[in-house]
Amino acid sequence: MLQITNLHAGVDDKKILKGINLTINPGEVHAVMGPNGSGKSTLAAILAGRDGYDVTAGQVLYNGKDLLDMDPEVRAREGVFLAFQYPVEIPGVNSTYFLKAALNEVRKHKGEPELDAMEFLAVVKQKMKLLELNEDLLKRPVNEGFSGGEKKRNEIFQMAVLEPKLAILDETDSGLDIDALKIVAAGVNKLKRPDNAQLVITHYQRLLDYIIPDFVHVLYNGRIVRTGTKELALELEEKGYDWIIQHETVGA
Amino acid sequence: MSTATETIEEFVNKEYQYGFTTNVDTDKIAPGLSEDVVRLISAKKNEPKFMLDWRLKAYRHWLTMTEPKWQKAHYPPIDYQASIYYAAPKPKKVLGSLDEVDPEVLKTFDKLGISLNEQKRLTGVAVDAVVDSVSVATTFSKELAKQGIIFCSFTDAVQKHPELVEKYLGSVVPYTDNFFAALNAAVFSDGSFCYIPKGVRCPMELSTYFRINTANTGQFERTLIVAEEGAYVSYLEGCTAPMRDENQLHAAVVELVALGKKSEIKYSTVQNWYPGDKNGKGGIYNFVTKRGKCLGESSKISWTQVETGSAITWKYPSVILQGDNSFGEFYSVALTNNMQQADTGTKMIHIGKNTRSTIVSKGISAGRGQNSYRGLVKIMKNATGARNFSQCDSLLLGDKCGAHTFPYIEVKNTSSQVEHEASTSKIGEDQIFYCNQRGISTQDAVNMIVNGFCKEVFRELPMEFAVEAQKLLGVSLEGSVG
Ligand SMILES: Nc1ncnc2c1ncn2[C@@H]1O[C@H](COP(=O)(O)OP(=O)(O)OP(=O)(O)O)[C@@H](O)[C@H]1O
Ligand SMILES: [Mg+2]
Repeated sequence: MLQITNLHAGVDDKKILKGINLTINPGEVHAVMGPNGSGKSTLAAILAGRDGYDVTAGQVLYNGKDLLDMDPEVRAREGVFLAFQYPVEIPGVNSTYFLKAALNEVRKHKGEPELDAMEFLAVVKQKMKLLELNEDLLKRPVNEGFSGGEKKRNEIFQMAVLEPKLAILDETDSGLDIDALKIVAAGVNKLKRPDNAQLVITHYQRLLDYIIPDFVHVLYNGRIVRTGTKELALELEEKGYDWIIQHETVGA
Repeated sequence: MSTATETIEEFVNKEYQYGFTTNVDTDKIAPGLSEDVVRLISAKKNEPKFMLDWRLKAYRHWLTMTEPKWQKAHYPPIDYQASIYYAAPKPKKVLGSLDEVDPEVLKTFDKLGISLNEQKRLTGVAVDAVVDSVSVATTFSKELAKQGIIFCSFTDAVQKHPELVEKYLGSVVPYTDNFFAALNAAVFSDGSFCYIPKGVRCPMELSTYFRINTANTGQFERTLIVAEEGAYVSYLEGCTAPMRDENQLHAAVVELVALGKKSEIKYSTVQNWYPGDKNGKGGIYNFVTKRGKCLGESSKISWTQVETGSAITWKYPSVILQGDNSFGEFYSVALTNNMQQADTGTKMIHIGKNTRSTIVSKGISAGRGQNSYRGLVKIMKNATGARNFSQCDSLLLGDKCGAHTFPYIEVKNTSSQVEHEASTSKIGEDQIFYCNQRGISTQDAVNMIVNGFCKEVFRELPMEFAVEAQKLLGVSLEGSVG
């Protein structure tokens, strides 16, 4: 589904990603961990198509197509979804209206008929249960005045409505209390299907107790320095990143 | 620079879609302005003596005045002798019904999406169509007359209801008011007149559509609306003009008189004059005086405007709150793109007791547009318990445009309450990216955010107009992004 080969990218003169290789197949859950500033959000942003980054080498194939060549909205319509680390507020734009527009863009792209307000509300009702989301939030402008946890939960709610093929969750767990974490994780698990995949960025192994990854990658200084299974996360929790980093420098 | 910034800067490529001219036979006089021209206009319209006298007084007063320069707008000096002060689509004969209107004129209005054919009309909207300076057709007059409502061209009103015209003309905006109001009083050639008798709620929206067609004409029309006790009317005004390289002057005057107790006048404008091209060539100078007087106790005047056109807009729809408990409102969306300049706002003059006013102004600047809000809230000595609430928000798209706010507050009564809120925001690249990431194109994202920003004002517009206004904003912003 996703094939990242030797991806180098940065901002202006600053190199941030220095040769990322990562392959994600349908049905898989990948976790990416790594210290602050290692490039996790940058990787997510580049996959989603945020402006301002220069890709200096490498390529990214998404279902066989050159992902980096697509406009961000086309990527989204093709099923790439990013749950933002810091979701932005859009004052004046009603959440329901916004999400309906988004879903209809995806449907149009797939050649499916657009949903009218009634049909859309039916979808919303069903997905809302999944995340135990407060209905009032949808009557408000997008993310405006939402608490940190509400914003994160709203991201996953949008994901539930849009049903992406590749979901990238950037630190969705941070800012969530333990109950919310369980609800969100359970929601994400329910959205898992054999034909879609998830890339979960996190600092805490705690999340991985609920969302069980098939692979765990450690990103350090713009490179994936270690790949393992769920146990790697446990080990990291115990020994910290220094352990890997030292290991890495010694090994190199 | 990131491409999002670049795209926001491109904010301006959409062509003005009403920029066509119509080939109709026009009766126009030679360019220039003099006492003879004023007399000629009055004679062409076969006006009673009081009108000519009033025009001449206005003209002589105008000669003593100088053009105002205090507004935040820059333009080359206007040569008032180069303009044509009277141009009218030449009727083949005296018009008896709509069927006799020049088919070219009817086609023009069809192109504009305004049908003058009563059969095909938008339900519940009576239209007075003004081309260049002259009213060409008023629909539904007969039906309205059954309820005692007078809705006709100003020219007709002068002929058929001279006593009403004489009584109220200039009662809100005297010819001495300002430079452009004086000019208008001297040379105005037509406009709309509306009178709602006691206790009558006008059953349909009344609408005037202004169109400038002939080159080098100034359009000077006058609207006068009078509402008696308990009367209600909702009035819509729309405007377009062909694309021309030269600037054309539009200096209208609108007077609203909420005469009786609990009378109410709601005046909505969607102004879409030609704004000029990307480099600021051409476009309409829109220097308009709009004012209402709430004379009756608990009377109400409400201005709602959506201003997207004109090269320069300079207008301050105002309300004089004279009757006790009277209420004035001003809701405005002003958009400037490319080289457009808008200096707009309102004046609320509180004279009576417990008078209230609300001001909601939304300014959107894109391209190199300059948008100024200028508002005056004046509470006079006897206006015990007067209240005002003002809110002025600005939205910037890109970093070459500007927003300016000039609120003036004068309070002479200590029991009054005046509140002012202001904000400036920018459409951020991360907002756009967030929308993109959900599958929404940049253009749609901008429209969505702009419409959300204007919501409080659109809510005040009559339904069809609100839809129209949203579309118009979309068109005006097209090409501005992505
Ligand atoms: N637009 C930018 N301009 C300059 N530097 C940037 C930009 N984006 C990212 N960086 C830098 O690149 C590095 C990686 O940032 P990134 O946000 O990807 O880290 P992260 O792994 O997500 O960290 P965290 O765990 O704190 O979220 C940081 O040093 C950051 O300052
Ligand atoms: Mg991050």
